[in-house]
Amino acid sequence: MALAALLGRDMRLAVRVGGGALMGVLFFLIVVAMVPFALGPDLALLARTGPAILWLGALLASLLALDRLFAADHEDGSLDLILMGRAPLELAVAAKALAHWLTTGLPLVIAAPLLGLFLNLAPGAIGAVALTLLVGTPALTCIGLIGAALAVALRRGGLLVPILVLPLTIPVLIFGVAASNAATTSAVPFGTPFTVLVALTLMSAVVGPFAAAAALRHGLD
Amino acid sequence: MRLSELANPSRFNALAERVLPWLVVATVLAFVLGLYQALFVAPDDYQQGATVKIMFIHVPSAWLGMLGWALMSVSALGTLVWRHPLADVAMKTAAPIGAGFTLICLVTGALWGRPTWGTYWVWDARLTSVLVLFLMYLGVIALWRTVEDPSRAARAAAVLTLVGAINLPIIKFSVDWWNTLHQPASVLRLGGSTIYPTILMPLLIMAVAFTLLFVTLHLSAMRNEILRRRVRTLRLMRAAAANP
Repeated sequence: MALAALLGRDMRLAVRVGGGALMGVLFFLIVVAMVPFALGPDLALLARTGPAILWLGALLASLLALDRLFAADHEDGSLDLILMGRAPLELAVAAKALAHWLTTGLPLVIAAPLLGLFLNLAPGAIGAVALTLLVGTPALTCIGLIGAALAVALRRGGLLVPILVLPLTIPVLIFGVAASNAATTSAVPFGTPFTVLVALTLMSAVVGPFAAAAALRHGLD
Repeated sequence: MRLSELANPSRFNALAERVLPWLVVATVLAFVLGLYQALFVAPDDYQQGATVKIMFIHVPSAWLGMLGWALMSVSALGTLVWRHPLADVAMKTAAPIGAGFTLICLVTGALWGRPTWGTYWVWDARLTSVLVLFLMYLGVIALWRTVEDPSRAARAAAVLTLVGAINLPIIKFSVDWWNTLHQPASVLRLGGSTIYPTILMPLLIMAVAFTLLFVTLHLSAMRNEILRRRVRTLRLMRAAAANP
């Protein structure tokens, strides 16, 4: 019951003013729009590197949205209430992660096909990228949980959270892009990297909340 | 001298001061023996020539880079689970040393790869996972330097260290799981080592020498960290006394 309330509260806070829910999508759009300025307008090149660009943009957008997870609650004291509550901290953290993904990660997945058109991706590639992002963005959120929890009490964390989180997200990035590329080229069947991606998401869904809860417990004494 | 008796920092410092000179002597002797064996006794490779002798620095550095993170993981458990007072000191001081050995491994590997593979770098599984290990070392060091209170920093670093420990089996088995340019396992594998003894012996002696170097550096770093924390406490006490 408390978990459902926490989920609802987080989602409502995210979509209201100051919540920053759709900022992630805006950042995604801007980053993906900037890449052709750097790479040049060669459509064939953009189509070949399209999945990688979309994945990197989604990764950076998820990363930047991470400070929304715990910082505001820490500042106004609700994080201490959650810690003292009866629901297990791991489940409360997982509920917050779910709310974060629904308001930050899912919009990225919905925006990806439109941006795929900007990058001249084939329809099969667009579908593959959207599907791998749908499966992979929860992993990015759960891994980001760990970094956000470690840096929760820092006032001026700066680039610390990206430094901590990015190496851990490398496998998700590798297999996400590999699966997207496998859908269009016939070298590797789509299922092989895709099942590994699913496995990574499931693993991080377990490890992320546990590690984040441990970090919160030990870091907020 | 049980582990719990070493929890007293002063007793640890005293023990470290007694042991360090012997460790330094042992390290120097091991290196002299190892380098003599590596440079003069071990034969040249029939294909690579003398270039193969980079291995005697590259492989032990790789082992110690991974040993550093393993040591940090055990210390992290000591901090979080058993609350051993010196566990976080061990964890904090092992990070720069492990990062140094990993960097030596990456650089010597690149220098070795240029004449033998034709390239300084390739994004295969082992090189990439060792690079990720190096980045995670830097991340842990950054975390230590960002949180002010040492004991809070210790707990945060402990969680991060344990999460990053997943990389160690990935590095070890990367050459088995993926088709890599880096050569497969030839020392620690099922079925015994595949290296000829004239090269294996110097390699193991160098590994012992490197390990002794790690232990020496680590012990003296732990002593320095204990003294550094004492200085910090004294400074805080003085500042508190000056501003009542």
